[in-house]
Amino acid sequence: MLGDKVLMVGNEAIGEAAIRAGCQLYFAYPITPQSELPQLLARRMPEEGRVFLQAESEVAAINIVYGAAGAGARVMTSSSSPGISLKQEGISYIAGAELPCVIVNIVRGGPGLGGIQPAQSDYFQATKGGGHGDYRLIVLAPASVQEMVDLTALAFDLADKYRNPVMVLGDGTLGQMMEPVEFGDIKAEIPSKPWATTGRKGRARNVINSLYLDPNKLEEHNWHLQAKYRRIEGAEVRYDSFNLADAQLVVVAYGISARIARTAIEMARADGIAAGLLRPITLFPFPTGAIAQAAEKAAAFLSLELSAGQMVEDVRLAVNGRRPVHFYGRTGGIIPTPQEVYEEIKKLAGEEVAK
Amino acid sequence: MKHEVIVAGFGGQGVLLLGQVLAYAGMVEGKEVSWLPSYGPEMRGGTANCTVVLSDTEIGSPVVSQPSCVIALNLPSMEKFEPMLKPGGRLIINTSLIDKKAERADIEVVEVPATEIANELGSGRVANMVALGAFVQQTKAVDFTTLEEALKKVLPQRRHELIPLNLQAIQRGAEETK
Repeated sequence: MLGDKVLMVGNEAIGEAAIRAGCQLYFAYPITPQSELPQLLARRMPEEGRVFLQAESEVAAINIVYGAAGAGARVMTSSSSPGISLKQEGISYIAGAELPCVIVNIVRGGPGLGGIQPAQSDYFQATKGGGHGDYRLIVLAPASVQEMVDLTALAFDLADKYRNPVMVLGDGTLGQMMEPVEFGDIKAEIPSKPWATTGRKGRARNVINSLYLDPNKLEEHNWHLQAKYRRIEGAEVRYDSFNLADAQLVVVAYGISARIARTAIEMARADGIAAGLLRPITLFPFPTGAIAQAAEKAAAFLSLELSAGQMVEDVRLAVNGRRPVHFYGRTGGIIPTPQEVYEEIKKLAGEEVAK
Repeated sequence: MKHEVIVAGFGGQGVLLLGQVLAYAGMVEGKEVSWLPSYGPEMRGGTANCTVVLSDTEIGSPVVSQPSCVIALNLPSMEKFEPMLKPGGRLIINTSLIDKKAERADIEVVEVPATEIANELGSGRVANMVALGAFVQQTKAVDFTTLEEALKKVLPQRRHELIPLNLQAIQRGAEETK
């Protein structure tokens, strides 16, 4: 049955999902490999009577988002790696002022201008703060075009729920590839925002601010933020697994890497190697508990990333020295083939599982 | 059932469109599908390719290291992708533009003069659909009847008058390789 399925590239799927989730305003500056997203929204947002604005730069775009979020709008921006770096000051302000917004990063190879091919080398930047100060984004990592839809919708809800910026972290492959998607019943349920600067009209003054010159007040604000991040860690961890229950070698991978890992694991299973997959869907909060639990039974871990090794640090923290944690990755826009990952799994299984 | 297909040729030969029509047809038939294009600072006349996976079960990697079929519309594509084919896989060659024989003995080679047939039909631009017809004839990956629906989805409305020509090209590709 075809149902309501359509074939869409990931970038467009995010745009359409944002519209259905009630995104009222979108501000961005184009960059490969995510330009299909602003391209789609340039057409679709006016059709829906909403605002598409191409800002003069990434810095302008994120600061317009800051203003719009402060005024209580459902707002989104998107870019790719170098453009996301430019936005970091604004993101820090938004996190400090506790405003909800959605930021999409369709990652390309770095550092610097890097290249335009897919990468996952912005993991540190996305999950450890990115800009200055002690703050965290909620980071969602889709692994299919359908998840780009589902997690974009979720991103808006989580942003409002926690008054926190949420990042959807994809990569060039997911942005450019087509898969069938359904939009189902995405609800645009925007909660009331009594804190927003919507015109005073007799109520007490609302202030949107990230400046606290009194260190006592700033420390208090920081502990308040940290308490919120702990609540998020307690309630919002999401992950998926494949052949995990009896796995001796656990591959930890997110996004497109997880898709490649899944095929490599099927190849390994056909060879009698007990490999399994743990796929973080939220990168912050990280599924530390699930990995710790897997470490009870598994002999070893392999972090598979399109980077030189970033998430592997969080996997090691979760495993806490109880098992060896290996890393395999390609960088610069190179995607490992399932065969290549299978070879790595086979090698590690020989070294670690046999012990 | 799983088909992992790489379609490759010059930019402008309709390689990405061929892949999209195939992916759409698979989706219409209720299969799991993925379509992954090569993207980059491409130039006119450069090479383009896409990977299409059709499967009865959830698709892991949309990136394919050992395709079950390669559709090569020009020589550089054949030279690049023939070595990747899995043993027993199919290589569909556009002999109008490829005057070289395939090298491997452990694959099935299907030769079709796609560009010549397309020119006979009145437009060299449907060579991609001739090749698609040959692919479907050989693999039965999707039904021929589904391809019309797929073309309607993939081609913009203003191009729908070209659907009969595209279907003719598909049919000729199939007949040629029966």
